Amino acid sequence: MAYTLRIKDHWAEQRLFLHRIIVSVLIVVVLMALVAGRLTQLQVFDYEYFSAQSQGNRIRLQAVPPTRGLIFDRNGKILAENLPTYQLELIPEQVPDIDDALARLGALGLIEPDNITELKKQIDGNRRFDSVPVRLRLSDEEVARFAVKRLNFPGIEIRARLSRNYPYGGATAHALGYMGGISSADKEKLSQTDYAGTSHIGKISIERAYENELHGTVGTQEVLVNARGRIMQVLGGEPATPGQDLILTLDIDAQLAAQSALEGRRGAVVAIDPSTGEVLVFSSSPTFDPNTISVGLSHSQFNALQGDPSLPLFNRALRGSYPPGSTIKPILALAAIHDKTVDPEHQIMCRGYFSLPGKSHRYRDWKRGGHGLMNLNDAIAQSCDTYFYSLAVDMGIDRMQEILEQFGLGAVTGIDVGGEKPGLVPSRAWKQKAFSNPGDRVWFPGETVITGIGQGYLLVTPLQLAQAVATIAAHGKRFRPHLLHATRDPVSGSIYELPEQPLDPVPVPDDEQWEFIVSAMHAVMSEPRGTARAVSKGAPFMMAGKSGTAQVFSVGQEEEYNSEEIAERMRDHALFIAFAPLENPRIAVAVIVENGESGSGVAAPVARRVMEAYLGNKAAGTGSETISSTGWIGNGG
Amino acid sequence: MAARGSRFLGHLHVDGPLLIGICAILGVGLLALYSAVGQNTAMLTAQGMRILLAMVALLIMAQVEPTLLRRAAPWIYVFGLVLLTLVLVSGDVGKGAKRWLDIGVRFQPSEIMKLALPMVMAWYLHERPLPPSAGVILATLVFMLVPVAMIGLQPDLGTAILIGLSGATVVFLSGIGVRYIFSAIAIGLGSMPVLWYMMHDYQKQRVLTLLDPDRDPLGSGYHIIQSKIAIGSGGIFGKGWLNGSQGQLEFLPERSTDFIFAVIGEEFGLMGAAAVLLIYLFIVGRGLAIATMAQDTFSRVLAGTISITFFFYVFVNSAMVTGLLPVVGVPLPLISAGGTSMVTLMAGFGILMSIQTHRKLLAR
Repeated sequence: MAYTLRIKDHWAEQRLFLHRIIVSVLIVVVLMALVAGRLTQLQVFDYEYFSAQSQGNRIRLQAVPPTRGLIFDRNGKILAENLPTYQLELIPEQVPDIDDALARLGALGLIEPDNITELKKQIDGNRRFDSVPVRLRLSDEEVARFAVKRLNFPGIEIRARLSRNYPYGGATAHALGYMGGISSADKEKLSQTDYAGTSHIGKISIERAYENELHGTVGTQEVLVNARGRIMQVLGGEPATPGQDLILTLDIDAQLAAQSALEGRRGAVVAIDPSTGEVLVFSSSPTFDPNTISVGLSHSQFNALQGDPSLPLFNRALRGSYPPGSTIKPILALAAIHDKTVDPEHQIMCRGYFSLPGKSHRYRDWKRGGHGLMNLNDAIAQSCDTYFYSLAVDMGIDRMQEILEQFGLGAVTGIDVGGEKPGLVPSRAWKQKAFSNPGDRVWFPGETVITGIGQGYLLVTPLQLAQAVATIAAHGKRFRPHLLHATRDPVSGSIYELPEQPLDPVPVPDDEQWEFIVSAMHAVMSEPRGTARAVSKGAPFMMAGKSGTAQVFSVGQEEEYNSEEIAERMRDHALFIAFAPLENPRIAVAVIVENGESGSGVAAPVARRVMEAYLGNKAAGTGSETISSTGWIGNGG
Repeated sequence: MAARGSRFLGHLHVDGPLLIGICAILGVGLLALYSAVGQNTAMLTAQGMRILLAMVALLIMAQVEPTLLRRAAPWIYVFGLVLLTLVLVSGDVGKGAKRWLDIGVRFQPSEIMKLALPMVMAWYLHERPLPPSAGVILATLVFMLVPVAMIGLQPDLGTAILIGLSGATVVFLSGIGVRYIFSAIAIGLGSMPVLWYMMHDYQKQRVLTLLDPDRDPLGSGYHIIQSKIAIGSGGIFGKGWLNGSQGQLEFLPERSTDFIFAVIGEEFGLMGAAAVLLIYLFIVGRGLAIATMAQDTFSRVLAGTISITFFFYVFVNSAMVTGLLPVVGVPLPLISAGGTSMVTLMAGFGILMSIQTHRKLLAR
């Protein structure tokens, strides 16, 4: 490049510079116009769009779960309530090191170390700003243990939440049911909006049957949230409507009496008010703790409950099917009087067995050597099997089936909780259908004989049996048994009582025929030879009853039990039905004690304790002790 | 009164119109910041202290005669290069990049270069006839590329580009031929693929995000989406001061620093944002006027460059916030909360005032 000496031309340079500045100004103006144009585009033309976006950003609709309705017994005692319990909740975005925090909680004994991986998965699946419960139902001691160390756990807090509590625990578990987490199967059935914000649902019995009434109506809340989803302000919305309170027909004192009388036994007690069909006691034993099951059991706890051979989760009152044994004798006797099949005063000689004409097979009476001369009243009071073998043959299976079905056996009672079993009243038609082998499809005369003492194919549930004895007490009037007495609106306090639900009465119109049966059942408990006379000793009211002892046919596939256990499970079931007071009965009870052996010795005292608790005569308070401690002369029928 | 006031400002070597523009923008800035920091007075006070410090820097620079500044220019430049080297060797890491130097106070040495580079280039061109020859242009480009490369290595792409632009502005204002300009643009476009290859992943991400913000709405696209929602939902008149939901409810990220223009757009609407842009235009215009009135090459080029560079900051930030440019870490000058950039900017305005007020009346 040739080097030429150039002298600075100030004027030219200044003109050149001015020229460049003008170009610069042009560029500046164009670029500014670009930004201004962009602003106009965003703020004028796209305003609607962005305005909606910003609204959506900040306003969110939240569900407010309703408070579940309370459950009371017939006297206003609370059976299910919502208690604030403390739980540990973790907000992921505020915890610096989640793994470390969980490990330290484990070290403090606040969470199970085995659950940490599961919890971690749950936390990861959650939104960063939503709190995740890591531990439910802290005890006071655990709350204190955490509170001391809480500064070491940023982002983990103790929160009070409402959770279902059953003050009477296991005693009401089978009647009330319990609350459990909403399963995926539940989710399909439930309305997403109605259950937004709700984590638990009624699982069985009352809690499930009246889920709609108890749940209430979900509320909404319009909230202002910030970018992290935290609620800054509540703008408004509709409050949740709490669920209806339920007033049950149960009498908790009688229920507790039943449960404690069954303690250590497998069995069930159902008591019904004969004049209304109200279920006063609905008890099954063994039972489980509905409070721990609501929190969620660990796998091992649940398996233990599920695998327990005494089936604590099985509602025997509703679903247990048992041969009724002699408890059906009064019903058959009623039909026989009504049909004039027998003359009540006519005496039959009981030699301790019965044989069908022309057959040598002997159907044995429970009393070896026999009862001697028996009229109908004696046969009921002393539970003479021979008399009823003969009566059954005279009546025939068709009439027996008819009267038993008229008392509601062999069909669900229609009680207002689900899962009821129908039991079985055998008949010719049933046998035709139930057996595949043509030889088994005929009804044999021997089957009629044993049906006469409540054995054979006949199966009843404790609930059906209680309804049947209530029907006897009410002289044939029948009602659909029910656990719900009324619902109460928790806001207005107005009570809606459910109407009575009468069923077809037993078509035996003659009151004297009923009186005969009732007095025979009173004889069971009052005559010197009555099977359950000892039970009524010292009772402040008169009662009528009938014992039953049912043979257990098969043990089932229970090979794993030891021989002692098998022996225990081979023993007869003990049954007792009763009502009281004799005049104007207010309670009718059916008791079944599995493998209890003696209806009058084991089941009858349970019935008395329940009746006493319900009829409330505390003057005979010592009676219950006497009953359980007195040695019973166990003459079951 | 007015005459006395202007004489008083003259003694202080302060340019009245420029000061008015600066104070207007600082005032708007404090209002916006008060809203952006959630009415936190402590943070507002901190910004006030920085403004005071920057004002002091302005006044000091306004007293320094342009000739003195010219003589000092190469030394300041070398000093800046030394600091940049130190940063690369032993700087503090902030947000994944080495930008900070801790010598008593923490600051970014690249800030010094924002003024040192135009100064040294103007100094170099000062004695030489304009338009510059090819050799002179080459030499100025070397002055420019060394610090730009060092800052780019930190990596601080935004600042590197802006400092590069200020160097390019010097060259442009020096009057180089149009053909040079076009070939530079051609080279620039041609080197883009190379640049893409050299970029860090997060820088590539920013460019991609600009092209389609929805491709990663919770990642790097989040800034642009929230910023556009803030501005767009402001409408013509805005939601009102302290009432911008995007800013107040923290949907808008970095709302007190790089994205404060979105807060202005949301709360004061198109009117407010346009007014802010007009005040900026006024400041830039006054600066360019001072440049045209300046009496020597050094002063002219330096004043022009400072003004145009200031405009670049405004443009890059507002274009980024409105989604016209990728998200580069460039604050809105005089408004965004932040330390060293405020001081540098005000020092730059001090130089402008010095150039305007130290003119020799007889020189023409």
